[in-house]
Amino acid sequence: MTVTDDRPAAVLGSRLLRREDPALLTGEAKYTNDLQLPGALHLALARSPYAHARIISIDLGAALAAPGVVAAYTGADLTDLWAAPMPCAWPVTADMKNPAHYPVAVGKAAYVGDAVAVVLATSDAAARDAIELIDVRYEPLAAVVDLEDALSDRVVIHDELGTNKSYQWDLKIEDHEGAIDEAFAAAAYTVHDRYVQQRLLPMAMEPRAVAAVPQPFGGDITLYSSTQVPHILKIMSAITLGIPEHQLRVTTPSVGGGFGSKLNVYAEELLCLALARKHKVPVRWNEERGENAVATIHGRGQIQHMELAADAQGKITAVRVRILGDMGAYLQLVTPGIPLLGAFLYAGVYDIPLYDFSCTSVFTTLTPTDAYRGAGRPEATYAIERAVDSLARKMGIDPMELRKRNFIQKEQFPYTAMTGLTYDSGDHLAAAEMAAGLADYEGVRARQATQNVAGATKRIGIGQASYFEMCGLAPSRVLASLNYSAGGWEAATVRVLPTNKIQVVTGTAPHGQGHETSWSMIVADKLGVAPEDVDVLHSDTAIAPLGLDTYGSRSLPVGGVAIAMACDKVIDKAKKIAAHQLEASEDDLEFAGGTFTVKGSPDKAMPLAAIAFAAFTAHDLPDGLEPNLEAHVTYDPPNFSWPFGTHICTVEVDVETGHVQVLQYVAVDDCGNQVNPMIVEGQVHGGVIQGLAQALFEEAVYDTEGNLKNASLAEYLVPAASDVPSLTLGHTITPSPTNQLGVKGIGEAGTIGAAPAVINAVVDALSGLGVTEMMMPASPNTVWNALQAAQNAHSQTTAQNGATK
Amino acid sequence: MIPAAFDYVRAGSAAEAISLIGQHGDEAKFLAGGHSLLPLMKLRLASPSVLVDIGRVSDLNYIRDAGDHIAIGALTRHMDVETSAVLKEHVPLLAHAAGYVGDPQVRHRGTLGGTIAHADPASDLPATTLALGATYVVQGPNGTREIAATDFYQGFLESALEPDEMLTEIRVPKMGGAGWSFQKFNRRAQDWAIVGVAAWRGNGSSGVALVNMGSTPILAGSVSAALAGGASVADAAQLAAADAEPQADLNASTEYRTHLAKVLVRRALDEASH
Repeated sequence: MTVTDDRPAAVLGSRLLRREDPALLTGEAKYTNDLQLPGALHLALARSPYAHARIISIDLGAALAAPGVVAAYTGADLTDLWAAPMPCAWPVTADMKNPAHYPVAVGKAAYVGDAVAVVLATSDAAARDAIELIDVRYEPLAAVVDLEDALSDRVVIHDELGTNKSYQWDLKIEDHEGAIDEAFAAAAYTVHDRYVQQRLLPMAMEPRAVAAVPQPFGGDITLYSSTQVPHILKIMSAITLGIPEHQLRVTTPSVGGGFGSKLNVYAEELLCLALARKHKVPVRWNEERGENAVATIHGRGQIQHMELAADAQGKITAVRVRILGDMGAYLQLVTPGIPLLGAFLYAGVYDIPLYDFSCTSVFTTLTPTDAYRGAGRPEATYAIERAVDSLARKMGIDPMELRKRNFIQKEQFPYTAMTGLTYDSGDHLAAAEMAAGLADYEGVRARQATQNVAGATKRIGIGQASYFEMCGLAPSRVLASLNYSAGGWEAATVRVLPTNKIQVVTGTAPHGQGHETSWSMIVADKLGVAPEDVDVLHSDTAIAPLGLDTYGSRSLPVGGVAIAMACDKVIDKAKKIAAHQLEASEDDLEFAGGTFTVKGSPDKAMPLAAIAFAAFTAHDLPDGLEPNLEAHVTYDPPNFSWPFGTHICTVEVDVETGHVQVLQYVAVDDCGNQVNPMIVEGQVHGGVIQGLAQALFEEAVYDTEGNLKNASLAEYLVPAASDVPSLTLGHTITPSPTNQLGVKGIGEAGTIGAAPAVINAVVDALSGLGVTEMMMPASPNTVWNALQAAQNAHSQTTAQNGATK
Repeated sequence: MIPAAFDYVRAGSAAEAISLIGQHGDEAKFLAGGHSLLPLMKLRLASPSVLVDIGRVSDLNYIRDAGDHIAIGALTRHMDVETSAVLKEHVPLLAHAAGYVGDPQVRHRGTLGGTIAHADPASDLPATTLALGATYVVQGPNGTREIAATDFYQGFLESALEPDEMLTEIRVPKMGGAGWSFQKFNRRAQDWAIVGVAAWRGNGSSGVALVNMGSTPILAGSVSAALAGGASVADAAQLAAADAEPQADLNASTEYRTHLAKVLVRRALDEASH
């Protein structure tokens, strides 16, 4: 018998094209800087050319006399405008040092790019011309660029703190302390490696842009900003400026990427708001690319000391981690918390019983660091995955085999780690084996054996990274235990309009992720409507007043799940109306394909469209039921979501030039159920390339005076399509058991897996030549230096051996 | 990324352009494709008060077979150099190297004369025309003169052009079937070379020039002399940096750059010798 399935193809899990893209691709999308604001004044900021300097005097006279200039202010002129310093929402320890940080520096500049004065003018060009006329006299002080130098307090940056050390945060498990020392003493093998997480520039394609517009009546003010966090920005701006929160509206036009760099509250946002209120006209600011490089937060910036102890079979028995974190000159919104987001993950995907983590963070005279795609988790994954490869080399076994000996096994999930966190679900072996198959792991090993012979110009290497990441930020109670100043819930409203069109209001704030498409698919699946009949409203606090925005791969596993739950509440209410009008018991009703039917009586049916209209007219509702069909949910997730996977990179290294060619890149990622696999692939593509960029291309390079040497895209090497490989993607699907959609986050996973996979491959290619250490980025010069160092060490050893014979 | 204020005038002919630049003096700059000058102005590293736009001087856009050499108008776009059948036949090294300049957008706007007059040691085509023994024709208020490529490059972004002179034509000898190679080593396809090598070899002669190995494009005369003296390619390549003065930058130390020049010259000569 043939069964014909005449149901419409499932929406959830389909590769529906993104509804956002036509406007983005045709240039129709409007960004903050596209806003037409008659009468707006343009803000420009004079920025310190010194990394560390006392401000002796500021002469604004010539700037004030320049054409088009309306006002100019020093930091001291503006102090009355601030009700509080700029916010840091994550005081990680009770005794954390946090210097008062104002939008315009007073007395001292603490990094190149620190604002020291501002101009308001009638055009952007006039404002920027005037900035060059401001005469600032500085007394330059010694820069603090190196983290270990910062820790020495040779030069103290913030006089009032008396030290450059901001905090020390320990994840020490009491009964582990003695046991760890014993584990290292008893170990058959140990690893003691030092890794450097270089500073990275987030480089969102759209630099930041801000416009503050006082409304013509009522005292209200609207802030337009290219931000990831309109809700957080509203609350923090209200606190910092003393604006009554209900008189402040924050909204974002299209936002051209963020990668964490727009998860912040910036000086320019506060300045536009404060000066718009002061001058009673719109005030706007548009960031230049070079400005973006110094005035927008940086990512990474850590020195990692990573230690492993293992028994004779390679079973890892203990992990000890010491981190030195670079905060930059000030603490921005979540600066101090970034290392903590990785603190639980230095055991990676492995069943390791003993754990000891400590992070010390210091101030430097550099641009503040903060969240950058992965935020703490790429750093942790890099350290454990490099260290596992080091251990495999010491043991002389294949790193894939060593990983298999240590993986947390599928049967162990949900797995309560020694850190106290519970990993929801996983199958690391399956992901690793799928990746190995796609990468032809054994075949590459065979080619390597024939190609990597003495004198070979080009050597092959294969590297792996198996990762676990903690995302979907986050259970509010867990955030409380980490001293974070907000919760991790997300809000959703689902509203069925009288004509059966749906409005979804979400507290997430998309800036490239495709939420409008994905959220419409969730609702279409739940309510049995077409995705195009669902409108998604977001990123405007007047329309979506509740929300905690988009970062930390949270939007789907928290915000998307909230929408699914709100749909359930809509269905519950609709069922009451349907039962009433069909004169049936609620228990006898079934809901499928957008229609309620009475079990056993298929002719008795009521579509959602009819219920929506009935709810609107309210002519015949059950007693006590409110009119209209809408539901609101605020969802606080019970756990993080724990995506995982294995990435395998194959490289060929030219040992004459040091050039690394990526031959193949395989990413197998498991983010549970996929709402839209095309969007998942897009996230993996972008994430992997960003991680590969850290491994091979990108680094914010500072000189000893604290000057950023590559503040333009000509010198800061963001790779283009022509510089990166095509990716081979695979997916295993292990649904999350903690939410009804079975979904996990995917926005950061690619970045987390890529850097260690690439560097492990480079080291693997060259280990036969004695190379075991590799700095990021593994530029041709860096690779060549490592080869030279290995060769010199080899010659010295040979010479010494010769001498002793 | 907003340049300082400047005036703009457009020239209809080479003579008019020279006259305009004479009127405005030192503060004026020629604007051809603009792909070197405009970024400098946006970063406010250059602030000319007048731009004399020569982009529409159409009589300087040509590629002609002139017997023993090919004559190329200074305003010929890189894309036209890259795709020219005449150049592919007679000066294939130059056509090939032009395909490595920037990206397609840059090659459709940027001009051969512009990149030579800008005299950036990191640009591909100044060194390539130097390796080929080109001659540049320049026009000033008192007529035209010829400058050998070997005499043209005088310092970082400095050439033998007088302020009131304009480069009008590039004359490149035909290669007569000589073997050739262009090696460009960089980290991203669209970037300037960390080190580049333009080389040809044939009829007992050779030309090798280096990109980004000093303050000017460098003619590696020592390499050619060694080859002429019978040295092997491997031995001659060891002299790659003998005439250079490599600087350190974010992509390469001087030691690495020197090493890279030797490797790339060897690879170029190997390819040119086949």
